[in-house]
Amino acid sequence: MPLTTSTILICAGGACISSGETSVKEALQREIKKYGLDEVVRIVETGCMGACSLGPIMVIYPEGVFYQKLTPQAAVKIVQEHLLKGRIVQEHLYKMPTGEVIPEAMDKLPFFAKQVKIATRNVGYIDPGNIEEYIARDGYFALTKALREMTPDQVVEEIKRSGLRGRGGAGFPTGLKWELTRKAKGDRKYVVCNADEGDPGAFMDRSVLEGDPHTVLEAMAIAGYAIGAQQGYIYVRAEYPLAIERLETAIAQAKEYGFLGQNILDSDFSFDIEIRIGAGAFVCGEETALIASIEGKRGQPRVKPPYPAQSGVWGCPTVINNVETFACVPPIIIKGAEWFRSIGTPNSPGTKVFALAGKITNTGLVEVPMGITLRELLYEIGGGSSTGKKIKAVQTGGPSGGCIPAEYFETPVDYESLQKLGAIMGSGGMIVMDEDDCMVDVAKFFLEFTVDESCGKCTPCREGTRQMLKILDKITSGEGTEEDLEELERLGNIIKDTSLCGLGQTAPNPVLSTLRYYRHEYEAHVKEKRCPALRCKALVRYVIDSSKCVGCTACARVCPVNAISGELRKVHSIDNDVCIRCGSCIEVCRFGAISKVSP
Amino acid sequence: MVDREAVAELVRNIKKQALEERDMLINALHQIQNHFGNYIPVEAAKVVAEELEVPESKVYEVLTFYTMFSTKPRGKYIIRVCVNLPCHVTGGRQIVETLKKTLGIDFDQTTKDGLFTLERTSCLGLCGVAPVIMVNDEYYGDLTPKKVKEIIENLRARGDAR
Ligand SMILES: Cc1cc2nc3c(=O)[nH]c(=O)nc-3n(C[C@H](O)[C@H](O)[C@H](O)COP(=O)(O)O)c2cc1C
Ligand code: SF4
Ligand code: SF4
Ligand code: FES
Ligand code: FES
Repeated sequence: MPLTTSTILICAGGACISSGETSVKEALQREIKKYGLDEVVRIVETGCMGACSLGPIMVIYPEGVFYQKLTPQAAVKIVQEHLLKGRIVQEHLYKMPTGEVIPEAMDKLPFFAKQVKIATRNVGYIDPGNIEEYIARDGYFALTKALREMTPDQVVEEIKRSGLRGRGGAGFPTGLKWELTRKAKGDRKYVVCNADEGDPGAFMDRSVLEGDPHTVLEAMAIAGYAIGAQQGYIYVRAEYPLAIERLETAIAQAKEYGFLGQNILDSDFSFDIEIRIGAGAFVCGEETALIASIEGKRGQPRVKPPYPAQSGVWGCPTVINNVETFACVPPIIIKGAEWFRSIGTPNSPGTKVFALAGKITNTGLVEVPMGITLRELLYEIGGGSSTGKKIKAVQTGGPSGGCIPAEYFETPVDYESLQKLGAIMGSGGMIVMDEDDCMVDVAKFFLEFTVDESCGKCTPCREGTRQMLKILDKITSGEGTEEDLEELERLGNIIKDTSLCGLGQTAPNPVLSTLRYYRHEYEAHVKEKRCPALRCKALVRYVIDSSKCVGCTACARVCPVNAISGELRKVHSIDNDVCIRCGSCIEVCRFGAISKVSP
Repeated sequence: MVDREAVAELVRNIKKQALEERDMLINALHQIQNHFGNYIPVEAAKVVAEELEVPESKVYEVLTFYTMFSTKPRGKYIIRVCVNLPCHVTGGRQIVETLKKTLGIDFDQTTKDGLFTLERTSCLGLCGVAPVIMVNDEYYGDLTPKKVKEIIENLRARGDAR
């Protein structure tokens, strides 16, 4: 029996848990115990490794073998074969589209190999529940360095020189924010971590919180030292129970080790962190709303200025940063601003974590240098379309962002370039759409979101978005006119200019950007009453191809409203006045005889 | 009947833990909601107002602003279905339809047997395995109508056993 010591890293990120990580881990533990291997094999549950579509996944070191799509049975086999006999279990290795299997996928797959990890440097490599593992990877070294070797001004200066910009959406220079708060007058100051991550399609903050909670705590303490605060708050969404649990554990450990609390590392700096849990309101991610919510009020934004740097929590100067922004801080303190600037572009230094979602092969999280092109990101790393159909557009920045058509995929990804295209970086969600997605439907979808989430405080956002949604409803049900398109643009611009907070100011973006690039689709809806993507129910009909229909009656039996008539072994037909467009008949027809047409 | 003393005790405990006195309302409401299963009886909200010495109106204001709080009893299993774009483009529409049909209820309703409440949620941060639902604190991803039906059947079996 080869008695090498092995470490199994098994991904316990949310996606892998949902695809069955727990039972795989339990099977591993049982089997390892059964063969008496518990002394030499260590199982570590990590945060998201990024390749969520392959889950549950694990990596066995020292060989670095990457196993994917695991089941409890697979776990048993891996213990018996891999651990006991040193034989790699082929069926659970990663397979390239060419059929080639790659055991050391973590090092060799383009998905992993092209990444540069700063914010997520530990996620997927350490046990987030164990502070020792964080320390072993230079954890709390940056805090130690800041406290022992740097003055608060030097810390601020280092962050300023690094060019780090806020990763929560707006891209505001972090060092400048710290400097303003440091200089603001006040006996008490606060550090707040914005972990309210609500942009649909973005889940990087979640992954950092779940996979490397200590990095956030360390960075917040550094920020506290830099600006002169003694108290920090992490505002987390209630929808992230796992993140909350891991943060609680991490805070307790950090206190025990003296990285939080009174006189940290024997300095005269004291700092504590408390968790505040959101309660399901998207607008609470906006900084002034978030502060109101921390104070126990309704989370509604207020007019800025004053900015939180002057008047934040309890009216005291407050630094508020996003999770990913904080996660970049410790490496900058350790390795220096020049190192950080050497990655990315001059105006957008460093890396950005993107969440790939929608119709893309490798859904999951990737961290790449700023300035990478969309094509590299979506094709080389993301693996291209998952449906076999052409990618039509990518939506960035969620409900505040816009759609970028495939023609522009050579664009480098940085704050300014995306903005020029009418989209935004946002928090880094990238939702890929293919030819089956209707751009009017997508725009409508986002507007439904904003209408739902508008806090109602100001009229343009509350009423204007409702008005726009009404028009989009009209267009998708085939009753739109050409004037409606102009009205959409007019309303959109008013809402942009007159809303109080970022939610309203950016809400029209998905509509305006699709109108800019896909006006022909809107026009098809209003002029020809046609939905080119065959998505809008009111504009499609279901038809049976008489040359393909064999009269098996399968469709007629499944139709919930008896819209299909025809005798056994005779051609069937659909009464579109009765049909509710449920799509069931297409699914059951084994002869491909039924299709959607528009008009 | 609401056990006023138990609620008051909860609130007092939170008061002891928190550094700041003023910001405990949302925290208190979360704990009270957990205490009662998954809702906040109106009477309990009154106790909170008394204990924290804030006007009742402020408690209701907060209570009604946040979608996670409910003043109505909800089912034993709260099914939250993600209705955001990444889930939508990967088949979320069918998941919503299947849920409604299988449970026989619409959004924000509870089944007659008191087992299930169906709610909408925005992105759960699991778009990597979209479409996604959350049942109480558990996530289910990569859903198909078939899987959804199985999940509900399993929960029904579990729920009835108690
Ligand atoms: C409607 C709205 C929602 C927002 N949601 C978030 C969010 O979920 N997470 C976040 O970090 N920032 C969010 N922001 C941005 C914050 O207001 C703020 O700019 C950010 O937390 C600052 O941190 P950063 O400079 O590190 O990015 C949101 C802004 C708006 C207008
Ligand atoms: S813009 Fe919308 S979300 Fe922002 S304050 Fe106005 S109503 Fe509220
Ligand atoms: S789409 Fe649905 S309603 Fe229409 S014919 Fe097919 S099965 Fe019947
Ligand atoms: S959760 Fe496991 S790879 Fe993302
Ligand atoms: S959009 Fe459904 S989990 Fe993100």
